[in-house]
Amino acid sequence: MSILIDKNTKVLTQGMTGKTGTFHTEQGIAYGTQFVGGITPGKGGQKWTGKLPDGSTVERPLFNTVAEARDATGANATVIYVPPSGCAAAILEAIDAEIPLIVTITEGVPVLDMVKVKDRLNKSKSRLIGPNCPGVLTPGECKIGIMPGNIFSKGSVGVLSRSGTLTYEAVFQTTNEGLGQTTAVGIGGDPVKGTDFIDVLEMFLADDATKSIIMIGEIGGSGEEDAAQFLKDEAKRGRKKPMVGFIAGRTAPKGRTMGHAGAIVSGGKGDAESKIEAMQSAGIVVSDSPARLGKTLAEVLKR
Amino acid sequence: MNIHEHQAKEVLKSFGAPVAKGVAITSLDQAEAAINALPGPLWVVKSQIHAGGRGKGKFIEKEAGEKGGVRLGFSKEQALEHVKAMFGRHLVTAQTGAGGKQVNRIYVEDGADIEKELYLSMLVDRGTGRVAFMVSTEGGMDIEQVAHDTPEKILTLSIDPATGVTEADSKKIAEALKLTGAAAADMLTLAPTLYTAFTSKDMSMLEVNPLIVMKDGHLRVLDAKVSFDDNALAIKGRHDDIMALRDTSEEDEKEIAAKEWDLAYIPLDGTIGCMVNGAGLAMATMDIIKLYGEEPANFCDVGGGAGKEKVAAAFKIIMQDPKVKGILVNIFGGIMKCDVIAEGVLAAVKETNLSVPLVVRLEGTNVELGKKIINESGLAVISANDLDDAAQKIVAAIKGK
Repeated sequence: MSILIDKNTKVLTQGMTGKTGTFHTEQGIAYGTQFVGGITPGKGGQKWTGKLPDGSTVERPLFNTVAEARDATGANATVIYVPPSGCAAAILEAIDAEIPLIVTITEGVPVLDMVKVKDRLNKSKSRLIGPNCPGVLTPGECKIGIMPGNIFSKGSVGVLSRSGTLTYEAVFQTTNEGLGQTTAVGIGGDPVKGTDFIDVLEMFLADDATKSIIMIGEIGGSGEEDAAQFLKDEAKRGRKKPMVGFIAGRTAPKGRTMGHAGAIVSGGKGDAESKIEAMQSAGIVVSDSPARLGKTLAEVLKR
Repeated sequence: MNIHEHQAKEVLKSFGAPVAKGVAITSLDQAEAAINALPGPLWVVKSQIHAGGRGKGKFIEKEAGEKGGVRLGFSKEQALEHVKAMFGRHLVTAQTGAGGKQVNRIYVEDGADIEKELYLSMLVDRGTGRVAFMVSTEGGMDIEQVAHDTPEKILTLSIDPATGVTEADSKKIAEALKLTGAAAADMLTLAPTLYTAFTSKDMSMLEVNPLIVMKDGHLRVLDAKVSFDDNALAIKGRHDDIMALRDTSEEDEKEIAAKEWDLAYIPLDGTIGCMVNGAGLAMATMDIIKLYGEEPANFCDVGGGAGKEKVAAAFKIIMQDPKVKGILVNIFGGIMKCDVIAEGVLAAVKETNLSVPLVVRLEGTNVELGKKIINESGLAVISANDLDDAAQKIVAAIKGK
């Protein structure tokens, strides 16, 4: 089992003919993901050609709109690599086409564009992951986004994170510990995003194959505190899984945006210590070192 | 991006918000004309730097006198004295650090008869994913203090993006600020005006502290602090007018160079320079350096798709900092290929005549190739196996010196 995506997920790529869209669609196909087509306005009816790492070439149909692509391919997910200026419009188009899962990789989407997107999303049937995220990956089945597939192994740990490269750390370390992953989800580092920790935690708690969870947060906002409260409430109902956590940004200065638009301690809110405290109070073992996520989880599971 | 108070007021005025008449000067010989352009009897002389707490700040130079960065002139002569005392001097506030910031601009403004000082700000509320107003009757105060001591005195009101500010919203704000008469009526237009300014210019923060009720009963924006969403400004053609307001003299030289290369770089106080891909990993790298007893000299995220040139540029920027006693490169390649990083690092090492220890940790796509390039370079680069190993090695290397 897994969450969000599996071997039956059929994926479209919005912005497929761009350099980034092409590269990661090729990587995804090579991983075994069912990429069924792409959207590039004005290129509908043409073919996208990709080159796989083994040297072979692949072709996929291109469409002018998401709705056309959905009707022709039966896709139930889409991944967006459209540049920031047109990204919100691309997400809205996918929402209008009622694509169940929309994964947005694009970094640099203006936050007020996301305010509009979030409003429409709340009134829709779609789930959005991102923007500014590395995507979602279920080992051996489906890879949507930019995560390096070779560090994954099928297993029992659910990984979720606000940071792309720290997701890789957690995945790599759990692979090295022989634990493997059910699914890894990068929810993204922007202040206004489609999916927050709680939504993914709910899915991991409900997934039988997920036996433990690694959750990686960072400074800014209160998503981690909210998640901790959610976990406490669920634990009272008897739903609980072993968890290891990490918060990036303990040494970050106040009032500065640390790369991710959402990573800022401001107005006396969003500092690392309060997040760590909240997570610990919910029973999460918070690691001091980002290099010991896998080892810490292995120790927790031996207890 | 931040702008100066006088620029913020100009922007708000262009949307119809009530601000005082004022003139900004960037050299001393403009001072008299600026003062003469205002009617008096009160001239407010305000230092323009990108930092809060100016009124309570203090100048480093004795010649500037004991008063803060905002002074009242009750005659033209006194106003001119204030300009001369502050111009070119270094103002230290709670937000500038000990070195202060040089005052290269002064804003001379028509004084107001203040009846009441209030607080109003706007930001994007992450919880609701909407733009929110924050208002309080405790104007002119440090709002973080108010939030801590008397949170019941702050109203936070998020705005439905589908409707914008409704009349009911404006009335709620007026009520929370205990406005009556002309001031309450003014708020019915001021709240939607500020919302329009905020959303159409992609602001990330707008703070009016204080918003005042004047003796004549009307509202006025007395101070204004505005920041813009860098993501929105980065889109060409979206806000060229706002980009023109950028004052690079307020920014760190290394930060300006980093911006040109689209690098996220923030100088810090420590001794270990960091170059990392990904913001989360970059922060975590800083944290782990601290965990092993040293301090990071900077935050530097080269991003997901950096090429050889960008890596070399980042390296040079880090090296420009004289505090740097050692460098830690930490790359977990997803999009980035380790061999490309390795080549970029080596190119920069050769070009900058690196004289401090360098530890490189590579993982991810093409990692073997990347490690091979580093190991066979013949340069004094210490290779690390994982993040823990890397942090320990760089800390040991600079302590060994």
